[in-house]
Amino acid sequence: MTAPPLPDWARTTIIGYSDRISVKAGERIDFKVSCEDDAPAFRAGILRVICGDHHPDGPGLKLEPVEVSMAGEYPACRQPIHAGSCVVVPGTPDLGALPGFTVLALIWPTLPDRGPQAILSQWLDETGCGFMLHIDTRGHLAATLGDGQGSCETVRSRHVLEPRTWYLVAATYDCTTNVIQLHKERLYAWPGALTRDCVTAVTSTPIGCPRVPMVIAGNCLSAEVPGQLIGAHFNGKIDSPRLAKCPLDRLEMNLMLREPLDAEIEHCVLAAWDFSRGIQSDSVTDISPNNHHGVTVNLPARAMTGHNWTGEIMDWQAAPEQYGAIHFHEDDLYDAGWATSFTLDVPVDLRSGIYAARVETQSGRDHIPFVVRPRSGRPTADVCFLFSSATYMAYANSHKNVDAPTGREFECGSMLELRTHDLFLNAHREYGYSTYDTHRDGSGVCYTSRLRPILDMRPDSHVGQDARWNFTADTHITDWLEVGDYTYDVITDEDLHDEGLALISPYRVLISGTHPEYTSLAMWRALSTYRDLGGRLMYLGGNGFYWRVAYHPDLPGVLEVRRAENGPRGWAAEPGEYYHSFTGEYGGLWRYLGRPPQALVGVGFSAAGFDVSSYYRRQPGSFDQRARFIFEGIGDEELIGDFGAAGGGAAGWEIDIHDDRLQAPPNTLVVASSENHSNAYVTTPEDPEGCFLPLDGVQDPKARADMVFFECPNGGAVFSTGSIAWGPALSYNGYNNNVSRITRNVLDRFLDPSSF
Amino acid sequence: MVHRKGPAYDRALAQEFRRRPYGRHSPALQHLLNTFRLNAGKPSYVLVCRQPGREWLLATLGEHRGDPITIVDNQVFHTREEAEWMRFRLRWKAATGEDPETY
Repeated sequence: MTAPPLPDWARTTIIGYSDRISVKAGERIDFKVSCEDDAPAFRAGILRVICGDHHPDGPGLKLEPVEVSMAGEYPACRQPIHAGSCVVVPGTPDLGALPGFTVLALIWPTLPDRGPQAILSQWLDETGCGFMLHIDTRGHLAATLGDGQGSCETVRSRHVLEPRTWYLVAATYDCTTNVIQLHKERLYAWPGALTRDCVTAVTSTPIGCPRVPMVIAGNCLSAEVPGQLIGAHFNGKIDSPRLAKCPLDRLEMNLMLREPLDAEIEHCVLAAWDFSRGIQSDSVTDISPNNHHGVTVNLPARAMTGHNWTGEIMDWQAAPEQYGAIHFHEDDLYDAGWATSFTLDVPVDLRSGIYAARVETQSGRDHIPFVVRPRSGRPTADVCFLFSSATYMAYANSHKNVDAPTGREFECGSMLELRTHDLFLNAHREYGYSTYDTHRDGSGVCYTSRLRPILDMRPDSHVGQDARWNFTADTHITDWLEVGDYTYDVITDEDLHDEGLALISPYRVLISGTHPEYTSLAMWRALSTYRDLGGRLMYLGGNGFYWRVAYHPDLPGVLEVRRAENGPRGWAAEPGEYYHSFTGEYGGLWRYLGRPPQALVGVGFSAAGFDVSSYYRRQPGSFDQRARFIFEGIGDEELIGDFGAAGGGAAGWEIDIHDDRLQAPPNTLVVASSENHSNAYVTTPEDPEGCFLPLDGVQDPKARADMVFFECPNGGAVFSTGSIAWGPALSYNGYNNNVSRITRNVLDRFLDPSSF
Repeated sequence: MVHRKGPAYDRALAQEFRRRPYGRHSPALQHLLNTFRLNAGKPSYVLVCRQPGREWLLATLGEHRGDPITIVDNQVFHTREEAEWMRFRLRWKAATGEDPETY
């Protein structure tokens, strides 16, 4: 489809990412930049991000240049991204040199009509050399052989593959007779449905030896970088791929699929890959004696139900043999793999905070954010701001605005507003997806990486109609800290996950971002222990501590989200696929894992809407002696936050309520609650009470934000606002407002070492 | 589909939307907006922001995932409310054949 080219102002011309999201003073961080318009050079510099929101209603962009020696001009180049997952197996023998062979796999194709898609190949596409079992452009199973000299033959099944159906597919070749046999067979026979579809042909083309690795779910495009430039990506599941050094009959194929390998057939097995082994890794195990082990590229989904999943086992660790499938996608992406464009040696005296590398040409500019944290064991402040890197990664490169516009419009209660990065991401699907998106085949995106440009983790990033969201909204809090002359350190979720309690225990006060939605078990434990050992936690957000995430134990910069059971989520994990592949942990909402957000911070996600925000009204708890300090200077009847840069109120976007049925501490004081929300606010689906229409914010009393306070053991305390819009209200009227006053009242008291 | 109850009713709904495109709506207007959103048809109109908080242009999403987004024309909206009203008019016209601007 053709469309008019975008005007210059709507084009994204320079873009980048860093190898790390968090770096200590004195360490190095590499930046990788691509210039999409072939500019010969770009300028780079470092900025401290005070406020990343340049909307006219807010404090405005506050980016302070930092003097660093690396600032200057660098040569530019366009750096491509090669998305699509597969398994690469180096060192397998050349099929063309064998007297015959069999390739065999169980497959569950999801987009069989969007070929060509390679299932198992030893094929060099640029010369047409080798052999490939694949799906052709019309959805037929096919085997193609080529001599690399211009001669190529393809044998096709008579009928097309049906989507989301398990098949045994195989090709056998006998070079003494030049006979090739193609097998396509449904694993489950149904009356009236074609079960077997087998084709035999005599070929005249010899199979060349392309000197490239065996590839599962793709083929090699170029001999220059064999195994690195892959095309014809397969969409769907592949289970138990096999390779034999002789043509097998159908019964022998059955023997090949057994595990352990049948003694009768073992002598002719070249490779038998068992995807259920090493699920937590990027390794693929060959169970034959030949050790043709492989490695996954671009993180295809593992811990996926296989052809033999019975529906009786839900945990892949309990019956790994039923999880022998990998789900491959043409649009999977882990590491963009760009060359480093420049490196920053972080000055040892650079204070902790949020920073960005600014890269620019005459035609465009990008900011690549990162955090400078204090050196190990050397906190520089009593206040620590927790940078919600897990949330930013979960939402990284969201396509919801363009791929799911109807649902988004209901959520926003308004027209969707796109920014230039939305236009770029829509056109450049190879930049990968967020965990709210689906792959092209409709399956959910469960892995997200920061080793790629994340275009919505930027100053002025946004989702929906308003720029104040996640990274941008969070910088309203850092801006307020700077304006208030508070000294603070910044650490990321990733740091907290890696280092736990020891990292935060030196701080008197820990302040969250506006939307700390994604939390690992290690993060949860660190936060709750911090709180219970006397720490003071200010949760200045909404929809916090809601979904479990799993970081990969070895691979940097990637996390996993399994959308299990319930919750507003964009897609739902398939039955049997609720356990994370990275850790084996059960996924989903912390509420269903026995740790509702209320147990940590007194409130938990209740409703969302993105048209307008509202205000809080003081509740009886605010007049309790224990909470008086919060409302010093605030009138008894004063509306709190009936203003703000996110929807015109301090209570909005995503809001939380107190619920003592969900383990909220018994001493929790509800000190204020919001009211008067709009129709766009709809409550979360976790409290089903029957088959009736969901209520909206006008009618449903649960569509509100509760502000709470409670004391903790050992002199600690928690203050929660339960609203994303709280932070963007801080700067209203030159910071002279009751949202700012309450925040200051709480922070000053929390900094006071005297016990609660 | 849109169930119409007469010119006065139509005029009241259109005027209510124009006065207040965001926030709390009357049940009748909310019902109408829900109907519009569920039966949006093609093309799907969105806004593209040229200057945050200051300038927006109308654009259409492609029919299929990944199709190009087309910036419709050079009509620049200086408030989101203006753009909302334009899109409301387009949807109303598609449903009824009438332009609510004339009500």
